[in-house]
Amino acid sequence: MLKALLSEDYPRSRLLTALLVVIVAGLALAPFVFPGIRPLNTAATICVFIVLVASYDLLLGYTGIVSFAHTLFYGIGAYGVALALDAWPASWGAVALGTALGLALAMAIALLIGLFALRVQAIFFAMVTLAVASACLILASQLSGLTGGEDGLTYRVPHLLSPAFRLVDGKVLGVRLDGRIVSYYLLFLAAGALVLAMLRIVNSPFGRVLQAIRENPFRAEALGYRTAVYRTAATVAAAAAAALAGALMALWQKYTGPDTTLSLSIMIDILLMVVIGGMGTIYGAVVGATVFVLAKNYLQLLMAAAAGATAGLPLLPQLVSPDRWLLWLGILFVLSVYFFPSGIVGRLRGRGGEGGAPRG
Amino acid sequence: MITEPPVLSTEALTIRFGGHVAVDRVSCAFERGTLTAIVGPNGAGKTTYFNLISGQLRSSAGRVLLFGRDVTGLGAPRRARAGIGRAFQLTNLFPDLTVLENVRIAVQARHASGFDLWSLATRRRELIELAEHHLSRTGLLDRLDATAASLSHGDQRKLEVAVLLALESEVLMFDEPTAGMSVDEVPLVLDLIQEIKADRSKTILLVEHKMDVVRSLADRIIVLHNGALVAEGAPEAVIASDIVQQAYLGTAGSGAGAGHG
Repeated sequence: MLKALLSEDYPRSRLLTALLVVIVAGLALAPFVFPGIRPLNTAATICVFIVLVASYDLLLGYTGIVSFAHTLFYGIGAYGVALALDAWPASWGAVALGTALGLALAMAIALLIGLFALRVQAIFFAMVTLAVASACLILASQLSGLTGGEDGLTYRVPHLLSPAFRLVDGKVLGVRLDGRIVSYYLLFLAAGALVLAMLRIVNSPFGRVLQAIRENPFRAEALGYRTAVYRTAATVAAAAAAALAGALMALWQKYTGPDTTLSLSIMIDILLMVVIGGMGTIYGAVVGATVFVLAKNYLQLLMAAAAGATAGLPLLPQLVSPDRWLLWLGILFVLSVYFFPSGIVGRLRGRGGEGGAPRG
Repeated sequence: MITEPPVLSTEALTIRFGGHVAVDRVSCAFERGTLTAIVGPNGAGKTTYFNLISGQLRSSAGRVLLFGRDVTGLGAPRRARAGIGRAFQLTNLFPDLTVLENVRIAVQARHASGFDLWSLATRRRELIELAEHHLSRTGLLDRLDATAASLSHGDQRKLEVAVLLALESEVLMFDEPTAGMSVDEVPLVLDLIQEIKADRSKTILLVEHKMDVVRSLADRIIVLHNGALVAEGAPEAVIASDIVQQAYLGTAGSGAGAGHG
């Protein structure tokens, strides 16, 4: 059972296994272990970003493609649901239609970008994706009649997912089982299924071709694999997963705007999460997204506490002032990339894993 | 009687890099079941000629025919699938993948399973068994889980040969398969080529510097010099001819001299 779920691709390190168990258990029990709106929001963000980062890993880590259009697909998925729920009354039909349209559009754009741009050199592909992503960001901000412009769209979600919904009367383990909890578990399960599906893809014969192309595209061609076709297929698959992640986020936040879906700063966050977690591992996405989102959400609180504790001392309170959290976040990431160039997962596997085991 | 076209042939195949003509109107046919050695001094255009046949380079003029069909317009992947298999002179593997995986990916290419997204690569036993078969022929069965990058140079050369065998192509092109191998490793690769040749079903092209190897393996030798085909014929006759003595053995390095006489 576990063997099939994980596609026979195990963490291959005790420490990593322990870390993954803690993360998955923490996310599974988040509403009960960490009650409150902020922790639940953090947990939901982690779930969505795990999918988004894993799908980006499919491109960067497994196929060796540098793309800056990943937030574009994420945004299309989010806007698909947002526009559907904005236009029609909140129903599951509208959610399904919005998701399907967003998914189809994201895959179609990925196919076009792939067919036109993946024949050229990697640097040009990166430039083309950057250009398309920037253009779509501007488009979403300017088409205010359709997308709400910079303000974005706020909408209602189906009753089952709204805070007013009650699954059972009273509280379970001290938590009221309302629509937020249902939403969270929808996100959690969908994210889990998507990550396992991607783990399956990277361990399929197709996934092995992607790795071969990453390793030596020239040789892959000489074996008879048309690399442009495989790279395009990988881009389409990654776009599909990113669009679904966007749809999940749209359902969770009940708000979709350019800054939360299409912005290039999210793109950079994704890149950082893949690198911190470990490229070409999928598990790296789980670890990287968790560490990054936690740091982004809680570093400020931690620093405020530290500043309070060191209030009497010279200089220190200024250094750890919550206003400087971005500086410390930056320092943390420079250090982590410097000391773990193969990411957290690569580092853990390098120590505890079998030597010479296949990557991915 | 209609004669069968040769498995592979080139017609006035030419490539120019700027003003330099690297391969100059080479016309040659390769019959099924034969082994043709291509010799010539360094820079004669042997590897470039190979690249034109297998599609890594596009020719400036001339044609490549496979079973009488013009494949000049096809890229390397299509030619590989049509039956032109190639081992490279400079080892050309997937460095971070295991030995087994390097060959398994070639087997998978041969069996057109690249677009299988859902089954597990580790569960496609038939592909793995074929890969193991080719690895046992090349004596690498005990290194299955090592990464290609971690192999010794000689083992990497053998892996290169195993990858070519895994393609099971009609045409097998070996570009100095024993270059850089230690003396005791060379016979394994040569015996393997001999074995494939003895089967008489494949068409083999071999670029090789060592004259004793060429003499013992080749049915025929063609000589390239400055990109042009200057001599062609049975091994003994060609090696003894003036043009080869002058163009090749006279100017080539110690590799050629070692096998001579």
